Parts: sequence; structure tokens; C-alpha cells
Amino acid sequence: MSATNGGYKVIGTRPIRHDGVDKVTGRAIYGADTRLAGLLYGQVLRSPHAHARIKSIDTSKAVALPGVKAVLTGTDLPDAGDQMVDLGEGPARLKYLRDNVLATDKALYSGHPVAAVAATSAHIAEEALDLIEVEYEVLEAVLDVREAMQEGAPQLHDDMTTQEFGEDTGRKSNLATHFEHRLGDADKAFAEADVVVEREFQTATVHQGYIEPHNATASWNADGQLTVWTSTQGSFTARAQVGAVLDMPISRIKVVPQEIGGGFGGKIPVYLEPVAALLSKASGQPVKMIMTRPAVFESTGPTPGSYVKIKMGADKSGKIVAADAYIAFESGAYPGGLVGAAAMCVFSCYDIPDGRIDCYDVVVNKPRSFAYRAPGSTQVAFATEHVVDLLAAELGMEPLEIRLKNTATTGTRRIDGVVYPKMGCKEVLEAIRDSEHYQSPVPAGPNGGRGISVGYWFNVGLKSSCTASVNSDGTVSLVEGSTDIGGTRTSVAMQFAETLGLRAEDVKPQVADTDSIGHTDVTGGSRVTYATGWAAYKAALDVRDQLCERAAQLWEVEAGQVEFDDGVFRSGDNEMAFKELAGRLEETGGPVIGRATVDPDSGVGGSFAANIADVEVDPETGKVDILRFTVVQDAGRAIHPAYVEGQMQGGSVQGIGWALNEEYFYSGDGHLDNSSFLDYRIPTSLDLPMIETIIVEVPNPGHPYGVRGVGEANIAPPPAAIAAAIEDAVGVRPQELPMKPDRIVAALAGSS
Amino acid sequence: MSKIHVQTTINGEPTEFLCEPRQSLLEVLRETLGFTGTKEGCNDGNCGACSIAVDGVLVDSCLMLAVEAEGKEIGTVEGLASPDSLHPVQQKFLEHAALQCGICTPGFLVASKALLDHNPNPSEHEVRHWLAGNLCRCTGYDKIIRAVLDAAEEVHQSA
Repeated sequence: MSATNGGYKVIGTRPIRHDGVDKVTGRAIYGADTRLAGLLYGQVLRSPHAHARIKSIDTSKAVALPGVKAVLTGTDLPDAGDQMVDLGEGPARLKYLRDNVLATDKALYSGHPVAAVAATSAHIAEEALDLIEVEYEVLEAVLDVREAMQEGAPQLHDDMTTQEFGEDTGRKSNLATHFEHRLGDADKAFAEADVVVEREFQTATVHQGYIEPHNATASWNADGQLTVWTSTQGSFTARAQVGAVLDMPISRIKVVPQEIGGGFGGKIPVYLEPVAALLSKASGQPVKMIMTRPAVFESTGPTPGSYVKIKMGADKSGKIVAADAYIAFESGAYPGGLVGAAAMCVFSCYDIPDGRIDCYDVVVNKPRSFAYRAPGSTQVAFATEHVVDLLAAELGMEPLEIRLKNTATTGTRRIDGVVYPKMGCKEVLEAIRDSEHYQSPVPAGPNGGRGISVGYWFNVGLKSSCTASVNSDGTVSLVEGSTDIGGTRTSVAMQFAETLGLRAEDVKPQVADTDSIGHTDVTGGSRVTYATGWAAYKAALDVRDQLCERAAQLWEVEAGQVEFDDGVFRSGDNEMAFKELAGRLEETGGPVIGRATVDPDSGVGGSFAANIADVEVDPETGKVDILRFTVVQDAGRAIHPAYVEGQMQGGSVQGIGWALNEEYFYSGDGHLDNSSFLDYRIPTSLDLPMIETIIVEVPNPGHPYGVRGVGEANIAPPPAAIAAAIEDAVGVRPQELPMKPDRIVAALAGSS
Repeated sequence: MSKIHVQTTINGEPTEFLCEPRQSLLEVLRETLGFTGTKEGCNDGNCGACSIAVDGVLVDSCLMLAVEAEGKEIGTVEGLASPDSLHPVQQKFLEHAALQCGICTPGFLVASKALLDHNPNPSEHEVRHWLAGNLCRCTGYDKIIRAVLDAAEEVHQSA
């Protein structure tokens, strides 16, 4: 299904991405490909215990091993006190940030870094780790969000007290934060409802599962200047975090973002960067660190496991009149998790007049959780969509009918207070209804079924910068700060090209380091095509205005008398194409550089995605096969439809993995038992059909080209759609993720 | 640890190197010889990012010791293109937008070439089966499968 291109010449086309040839020939340089003279290799020693007090660390034998150049422990990190630091995305507690990089007093999860070594080879560094003697006092671990909240549960942080409704209760607990949103009078609305349904749900801890492990290479120079080459979603936030952990001014740090092999939210925090920096400082040589795959699973990401309870009420006409959510998220070892985002998503697809959302952010002995594609939305979509289907069943409505009747739309006020600008939820649901897939017969056979669902992500704006140098041959070198994880060099360059009437190929986009471009926030929140694209648009307008002045000089008219349209400057009878004028900059005053910065939070447009899933369930083994799968999403405006489809397909498949396979298996004492791609099973090509895409375009009035951002909403609906399809197939519907074979078999046994 | 002298051929070029017996071929390719197009995703044979061809057979280079390269013909992603054109699988990956972050791409390309060398006219299921040892977290595989099928078509027609 193709998107319309709305009269545009570049937007809506499918040019080959600018970095494509580098990436298919192996020439693109990713973080781990960084090579420097005199390079040392660093390795990290990690706690084998999920919860333990570190009594002593003896590194003397490791230091003595030939080839070892530096050894660090947590006490080697500068202690800048226990302050709040602003990393550009809200305040963070410095002690937590520092202790997650290298533990000082306590190890809070299995895999928590406790020491690091740099040596002349990775193997020597690994041998040295075995020589480090750590004495632990092992403590009882707590791994479940509800258990962690109970009185008498092992307390992770001796000094943590619950923040409740914005006040410090002074009560020591693993419950870091409790907050609530209310709209109207939910109790009254429930009392008046004709049908009320309530269910509880659980979802397992899952990992972003990027194929490239975390890495960092650092070079600490004798003059105190630090350069870090890394795979990061945000070079500027990486710089801010390194500066905070190392207690050094950002002006002394340059972060060079190398190509990045997937992030999905998990490569926003720093893990190795400060360690590599200090190892470089101590050894006087550059140090490269690459995380092992088990360490990636044990120590980074993941995204929270959850316990969610949803109650919804409707009247006889099928109008949803009340909703109530209880959402408890595991934030992992440190607070500041993602339950706030979950609250923004839980009822986001519906227009509900009265409701309440009650949220709990809880620490447990797992790695600090981080964003994973529409963070928080998938867990709650799984729950809400189930309850909506139950309401429909009670009322004798079709699942799609109840969704269309209650769809959120322009002007809907969410329970957390946000009033929607122009939004595409209804259009997405209508596209489901009108699709060939929806109108085709449900898979035949006793064990085939179909389900639908809808999900949401609010998207973000944040800051972006671009500079554009006009070349004398009529091309433009476009410099941006957004690291490119999925083709955004091209989606940004295409907006620049559209604005100046150029071809996409005439714009050469480049991602620059933190010394070479203005502040640019992370590649996250589906913001790059939206916000960095906007910066490129503004930079193009700046170029246009400067070129109008140059044309005016040549024609001896006022700049205001020069017009620009579709790549051509005109004034009276004079006209000159962009390319020709670019060749005459030398004689009119020299180079032209356009520049722009944006911080367009006010124009952000959220995106809705919906699915149709056809499955077949094997009742003997409990295995669920996806027979056919369609994803519909509102792109606002699809700049490069192929990469929009790619986001929709990739997010859908991550949602399918979350639905059916993926989970962290912890032993009773808190050791992660499946820290490999063999045992943490992400979908393979053999597990899937083609993923059919339908792009809906409800242009975002807050963006010059109508862009919404499409990276994330697509992960939210699949688990619910698949659950509904399983129920349609075999009559049982799991309330826990993943819906793995043994869970299906058990449910079938329980229902017969 | 003393090093061992290995003589091998990489992308058609006779190559010698010294390595420790414990070093994987992946490590030597990347860190000693500079063939960083071959990627490390897991170092335990489960993701396929480090796929190479060894005497025409698809191998995870993280599971092969460098000393085992003695006398072998090694093919990496750097050897797929000719000086004047990309290999059809490379070209089709670009045309179909079959990569997003690109970290798994070299492994998929090497594996796809091995498939087409072995079976020039695969069905969708055969492509999915052959590539099941290569993990991609970005694309959901759809565009990768289409690119390989399209490349097969092209190879088939030009053959």
C-alpha cells in the first residue's frame, strides 16, 4: 500500500539511502569498528549476585598480571556528592547514575559492574577479571514488582523513601513513586454503567534485543581532553552523562557517534563510556570496550515487567463511560522508570469522560530498566485491549465496532489531562475496517483465529540542529546531530531537498560529533524525522533567503524582489536555477551556510497503530503460528514510505516476539538464566509471514510537512491482537506475557 | 602466549597472519586484519552477524578458531562487490530498504549470497529457512526476504 505524495516531488518517494552503499559493503564504521594506535581492550567484572553488599575488592593480583595496564573499581569514580543532575531529559540522581556504571556499596542485580580492567588484549583483560577478589555479603533478592512493594521485602536502597503524589512520605520502601491521574468522577460513572469488566495482567521483563552490543572507545589526552567514540542514540546526552559521572565539564568531552547497530531506547544511557574514559586516563592509552552478549542481557536495557489491573464500564449503547487503571512497573535497580509514559498510553485510544490512573514505580533486583520503543505502551495496551474486547462481548458488539464507537479523536481529553490536537485514531481503525485483510475470511480450521487491536505513542519534540553548506556544483552538505538508526539521514535530507527543489541525491547528510553541530537530543521518541526534519526545513529556508540576496546582487534588484519556487529564483525577466546560482557564490560574497535549531514540543503529533492478526494454535503443544499480519499506522506524512513501512514491520515483529516468546528467566536467587540469543528467543525469519502495511496519513498540523513520527506506536498493539486471535481460535485468552506454549497448554487444560 | 603463523586466502587475496590459538577468526578478521565489515553480535553462534564463507560454506566466524583458516578460502562482505558494481543482493537490499541500522546486514548478505550460490531459485520458505540463523531486530525480515527473492530473480535471469 503506498502513501500519497500530496503534490510533493521528493517527499513520498523512495530514494536509496545515502549511507546505504557503506552499509552493504561493510565500510560503515560502527562503534566496535573503531581502531586507534596503541589501543587497549577493557573488560568489566560483574556481580554474580542479584543483591549483595560489597565488603571488599582486592585487585592486586589483576594489577600484577603482565599486559594489564589499569584496574578500576567504583571508588575510583569521582564522588561529586549526591546531587541531582540535568541531562537534558529531566533531572537524574547522580549517585544512581554513577553506581549503575560501577557499583560502590551494593550490587543490586546479577551483572552489576563492580570492577574494570584494561590490558593489551581482550583475553588478558578477561584473565585479569578472574584474579580480582570481591568479598560479598549476599542479601535476599526481590524480583517481582508486587513482592517488592510488600512490607518486609528486602530493601534495595537503604535511604529510599516513597514519593507519593509529589510529597516525600518518609516511608522506607522499594516503592519509589506513587502518583495518580483523575478525570471526572470515576466512582459515580462506574456505578451508573450498565456493564463493568475488570481483569488483571502481568508482563515479563523483556529486552530491546539490538544485535550490536554496547561499546565505547575512549582516549584521555594529557591535556585533559576526552574523546569518546561510541554507538549511542544521543551523542549530546552521552556527553552530559559522561560529564556528570566523571565530574568534568562537557567542554572537555567530545563524543563521536559512530554508526549504531540498533537501540530502541536501550542506547540512551551510558554504561561503558565513563569506564573506558577512566581506564584511558589511568593507562595513558586509548581503551576500547565491547560488552559481551550475556552482559548486554544481564546489565542493560531491559524494559519493565509489569502488573496491571484494568476496570472499564460501558452503557448499553456501547459507550465506554468509565475507566480505572492500576499500573505497577518494575523500574529495576534504580527508580525513574517508565510508568509515567504507560499512564499516558493506557486509555489513549478511547474517549472516556471519567477515569483514574494509579501508578507505581518500584525497584527490584534487576538491571535498571530503560525505554523500549513506545516505552510502557505495550504492557498497558495488552491489558486495556483485552478489557475492551470483553466489554464488546458482553454488549454483543464486534471488537472493531466498540473501538470505532469510542475512538479518541481531535479534542478528546485523556484522563491524564492532555487534549488531543488533530489525531488519526479513527482513520487508522477505518483503514482496518476497509482493508482486504479484515474483509477476507477468518482462517479456516478449528484452531485458526483472528484478532484486532490498537495502540498509541505520543511522540516527542525536543531539540535539533542542522547546518547546510551550499557547494558550488549545486549540491548541499547537510550536517545534523541525530544519530541515524533506521534511515533518518535520508528522511531528514529529503525534507531539506523538498524545501529547495533539489533531488534527495543532491543533499549529502552527515551525522557530526558534539563539537561540530549544535545540541541535538536523542534519537528517540520517534522524533528525528519530525524535529530534525524540521531543523533541516528551517535550514533550507535560511539557505533560500541567503540565495535570494545573492540573486538580487547579480540582478541589481532588492532581495525582496526575488522569488523562489521549485528550485528556481526569479525576479522580473530574470531567472536562475539553484544549481547555477550555487556556482556563482564566489562572485557574490563567498560561501553560503544555512543553519537552524528547533525545539518544537508544541507541534508534536502522536501516532496510532492497529493490527489484524491471524493465528493458528496447536492445542497439543501450545505453539502459536502467525498466519497473516497487518499493521496500519498514521504517519502524518510518510516522507520515505519504504522506511515508514520498515518501522511498522520491525515494531510489529518486536511486538510479536514480546507476545509469544520473549522474557527474562530468573532463578530464585536472581540469576538471569537466559542471557543469550539462543535462550532469549527473538523472532527469526522462519517464525513470520510477510508483515502487511497500510500507511494512513492524517497530516500533523504542527509540522511543516505534516510529519508525526512512526518509530514506536507499532510495537504496542501486537500482543493484544494475538491474544484476541488465540481466543478466537481456541477459546482461551492469556492474561500474562509471553503467551508461550506451556501457558497456552495450561490455559486449555484449565478451560476443558 | 606464543603466536601461530597462518596462511589463508581472504576475498581472493593470499593473506598471512599471526594469532594466538585461542583467538576466533572473527577476532582476527576484525582486530588484526581490519575486516570490520564482519560484525560481532553475540560471539556464541546465535545471531549470524559474523557470517562468512569458508571454502564456500556459510560459517559463523565467532565459532571458528583463526588457526582453522589455514589453507582455506575465506569470503567476507568486503569481497561481495566487484570494483564496478555491487553484488545483486547488495543492490536489492538498497532498493528494497532491507536494512535499517545495518549491523546484521553484512551477515545477511554473505548468507544470502551463499543461498543463491547453492539454490539460485529459492521459494520464500526456503529463503526464510536459510536465513533463520541470521537475526535482525529492526526490519521484521519482510523487506530482507523480498530483496533476496528479487536478487534471485535477477541472478536467475542473467544466468
